[in-house]
Parts: sequence; structure tokens; C-alpha cells
Amino acid sequence: MSTAIEPWVTQGTEAATQMPIVVEDAVTQRFRVHRSAMTSPHIHRAEIERIFAKSWLYVGHESEIPGPGDFVRRPIAGRPVFMVRGANSGNVNVFHNTCTHRGALVCRQDSGNSKVFQCFYHAWTFDSEGQLKGVPDRDAYAGGVNFDELGLKRVERVESYRGFVFASFDPDIDDLPTYLADAKDYIDLVIDGCGGSAEIVRGTNQYSFAANWKLLVENSIDGYHAESTHDTYFKYLVSIGTDLRGGVSGRAIDLGNGHAVIEYSSPWGRPVAKWEPLFGDDARTEIDRLRTDLVAYHGEDRAHTMAEVNRNMLIYPNLIINDIMAVTVRTFYPPAPDAVDVTAWALAPVNELPTLRQRRLDSFLTFLGPGGFATPDDVEALESCQQGFTSGGVAWNDISRGMGRVPMANDEEQMRAFWRRWQHQIGAAAEAGAQ
Amino acid sequence: MTTGTPEQATAIAAICRAHVEDFLYTEAALLDAWALDDWLLLFDEDAKYEVPCNDAPDGDPARDLMLIDDNYARLAARVTRLNSRRAHREYPHSRTNHQVFNVRVDVLADEISVTASFTVWRFRAGRSSCYVGRYRYRLRRRDGGFRIASKRAELDMTDLRSVADVAIIL
Repeated sequence: MSTAIEPWVTQGTEAATQMPIVVEDAVTQRFRVHRSAMTSPHIHRAEIERIFAKSWLYVGHESEIPGPGDFVRRPIAGRPVFMVRGANSGNVNVFHNTCTHRGALVCRQDSGNSKVFQCFYHAWTFDSEGQLKGVPDRDAYAGGVNFDELGLKRVERVESYRGFVFASFDPDIDDLPTYLADAKDYIDLVIDGCGGSAEIVRGTNQYSFAANWKLLVENSIDGYHAESTHDTYFKYLVSIGTDLRGGVSGRAIDLGNGHAVIEYSSPWGRPVAKWEPLFGDDARTEIDRLRTDLVAYHGEDRAHTMAEVNRNMLIYPNLIINDIMAVTVRTFYPPAPDAVDVTAWALAPVNELPTLRQRRLDSFLTFLGPGGFATPDDVEALESCQQGFTSGGVAWNDISRGMGRVPMANDEEQMRAFWRRWQHQIGAAAEAGAQ
Repeated sequence: MTTGTPEQATAIAAICRAHVEDFLYTEAALLDAWALDDWLLLFDEDAKYEVPCNDAPDGDPARDLMLIDDNYARLAARVTRLNSRRAHREYPHSRTNHQVFNVRVDVLADEISVTASFTVWRFRAGRSSCYVGRYRYRLRRRDGGFRIASKRAELDMTDLRSVADVAIIL
């Protein structure tokens, strides 16, 4: 036991002092996280400044704005921004959603197409490249006001990878490919498995619950909980004839920079490209053909990985791409230590056959989303943890599973990868938590 | 379709709406009592139960992501799940109050098309949440009563932030 770090014998909900929040002991092979990481307002504030302001954050997918002037508005890290396809450049622009005059939102619809974005307050008007095009009574301004400099303010950094658009408020952050590290290969698997081009399906899951955001990070890449928490889902699969004997064996991989993935054999079907009874006999030929195409393009090994292996992937800090019985893209943000706002979508191959698209969505809904057979029980589990923390008495979470062996998909190495990066990034701020 | 004079048609519609309202109130009472096996008996075996996403209330399950798109088999599985002690979000069950009003019977034919407003209150573990929206039913006359051919609950809330999930049946 690493008794040297027991000054934590404070109330369970108090923030840490003097010591790191994340404690890894290589000798005893224990990995523990102090529960104040999930409850402390000080740590929450530090996360906003040190993590959410200093990371690449998912904004949206390029397929959501295919044409000039197409836009979607989003909060990223709780800040309203909007993403618009520039009518002149064709580029994906991400702007702070605020008029440069006196602050009002200039994009007030969730999505649409527009040549201009007009602030309704004083009718200042901007184009899709952010340029200020219209100011009523411009003559009333003296020469010191340079309207060319009063275009919409771009978010400091915007880059995309395989259609996923990220932004960062940090001007000095590493370029996106460097930041993504080995996660790039796994994004490639998802997109290449979609035939090279994917799109967001219409319809958004936007839900919130009363738990710390890092519990959702853990849960989204947690193989260990599946069998116990999601018993009713597996019973449903068995009832429709799914053969679960293959199990969910696989491995956990640290992808660098806090990103991580578990990959494991799929007991359920995958629209690309593993047939199961849920899909119906009619779909079998088509799914087998997709499988054959993958082999032709990518070889047997890679095709096998694309078609038959599940991937639950974390892109640090708050993007999940889970390529399981369907593909879900999920991002989230904490408005408070004990609250999380989740937004999730379904991702699918462009030009997918309508029958297969329907099977995919069907497959998604059985497990995923606020009305699925699994997601609500995850929400219950995470809220239950958060409530448990307030009981006090127990100061640490244990994330040691699988230390001392090659980490398996049911182990917790993928979570340790997240927590190591989190501790590194939050650093002394967490130690200063009790002040 | 109805035949006869406009006055007769109006009279038939009024009677029909009263019957439909009785049926919907009975359905609501079964849900509030968590008598889900009896509730399931109200559905025909080719029935659908749909809840579109908040941002796509006109969502088509063939093309768009839904919150719920159950055929009869999955609806039955949903009932089995909610009756078990392993549907953790609903064990123990919420107290619910399904309120149905503004009932309109839109088409009188072999299948009866009904729209109604709903408010579903849900109380659990000291918390309350409220779902508001519009029901769209297709009903079939059967054995002097009705069977549900499809039930669709379109939510008016712009998102699910205030309710977290749709683990109950709306």
C-alpha cells in the first residue's frame, strides 16, 4: 500500500491538497483517483481553464454543412459558436457567435442555410466568411472605426480530420494530426469501413444528467460493466436469436495524448459488415457483399478488423466515437461538477442503401440513445456513482483492473490513459483545489 | 369514409371521439399503473411505437435517427425489460401521470387517425420531470373497441436536457 499518500483522509467530497488526484503505484499495481476530481468546484474550474480551453474540441462533421452557406450552431465547451461553409472559399469556418458591435448572437437558428448572418439588435450584417458587410448609418462613425477589422471573430484554431471538425481556443496547441496521435488510425478504420466517406444522420440526441463528465468518459469505454449493467439488452439479443457465445474478448490500447480505445469481438451484428438475425434474412446478401468489398479494398486482416471488431474510442478529452452495433459520435461538457450535457449523433456511410440504413438505425436504437435498452441504465449508473460520492467515507476510486497483464477490453487501462493525461494537464491546479 | 348528411357525419364523429377519448384514458391508466402486459394487449401485432428526436419531430425511421422506433416484437421486449428488475433506470419504477387532451379525430375510415396533446409527469427519487408533446395514433376498430396500429409521440421540448432519457413509455 502506498500509505505515504494518505493525507487524503479528508471528507470524500473535499478537494485534494498537496498531492496529485491521480495516484499510480507501479509496485503494488494500483491506480486510484481521488473522488474530489468528480465533486470539487475548484477542480471543475481548473478543468475549464486547463483542459477545455487547451484541447481540440469536436465541433461537428463536415457532412452537416455540405453546401455554401450551410450552417449549424453548437456550444463547444459551453461557449456558443457556429460552423458555416464559406460561400466564397468553400472552407469550414467556425466563428464565435457574438456580434462584434455589442455582443448579441448573430446565428440564432440551430441549422440552416444563409448568405448572411444579421444581428437583429442593430442590424450589423456579416457574410458566411465572417466579413462585416452591413452597418446601418455607417456615416455616423468617425474615421477611427475600421469596419474591416470588425468581422466575426474566428475560434483560434480550426482543423478537421476525415470529416470530423475540431476547434481549439488555444492558439499554441499542436496541430490536429499531432494531437490525435495513434487515434488517427482508429478514425481511419471507422471511415474506411464506411467506404471512405461518412455522414451524420438527421436527428440528434441531446440529454443531460447529474454526474461528472469524466464518469461518462470512463463509461463510454468500459467493457467491464456491459454484462452486469446491460443484462436486459443481452437477453433481448438472445431472444431474437443472436449467438453471444463469441463473447467480447479483446484488448485495451493507449493511443497517446489521453486518447484510448478498446477493441473486441462483436457478439452483436454490425451494419458494416457482420450479419445477425436482427438485420433480417433480406439484408444478409448485401452485408456479405459489403464484407467482400472490404476484403477486396483492404485485405482480409484489415477487413476483418473493420467488419467484425468493435471499437469504443475516446478522443481526449470529450469526444467518443463508438463503432459498435452502429456508429455513434458523442460529445459532452460539464456545466457543473455534478452535471453533464451530452450531444450524440449516428454516423453512417454516405450513399448507404436505404434498406441497410434502416437496419443500421434499428441496430443503433436497440442499444443506444435516451430511448434505447442500454443508455438509460448507464445514466442511472453514473448518477448513482455521483450520489455515492456524496456519502463520503471512501475517498478513492479504484481503476487498477488489468494492471500487471496485457490489458484486455474488460480491463481499465484505457481509462488510466485518460486519467494520466488529465492529471498531467490539470497539474498543480488540482493540487491547489482546496484553496 | 362516412356517408350521409353533414349533420349525421358530425354526430358520428362526436360519438367516435368520445369512444376514442375513453380508449386513450384507459391506455394512460394502464401505463400509470405499470400494467404493461395489459397495455401491450392494446396493440395489433403489426403495430409501431415511435418517438422522433426532439430536433426532427417529423423524423422518418427509415431515414432519420429516432429516439424510439419499436415494432411489435421490440415493444414486447421493452415491456419485458421494464417488467424486470434489471432495467436499472426504471427499477424501482417512476410514478407517472399520463395526461391526454385536445383530442381530435381526423379521419373516420377503416383506420382512425387521432391526434392529441399530452403531458407525462414522471417522479422518481425526489426528482420530477415532464414530457410535453403530441400523440399521433392510428386506431383500428376491433371487438367493439379499438386496437392501436401505431402510436407516435412527438416531443415539444427542444431537447431532453430536463428529462435525461425516455426510459418510461410515453
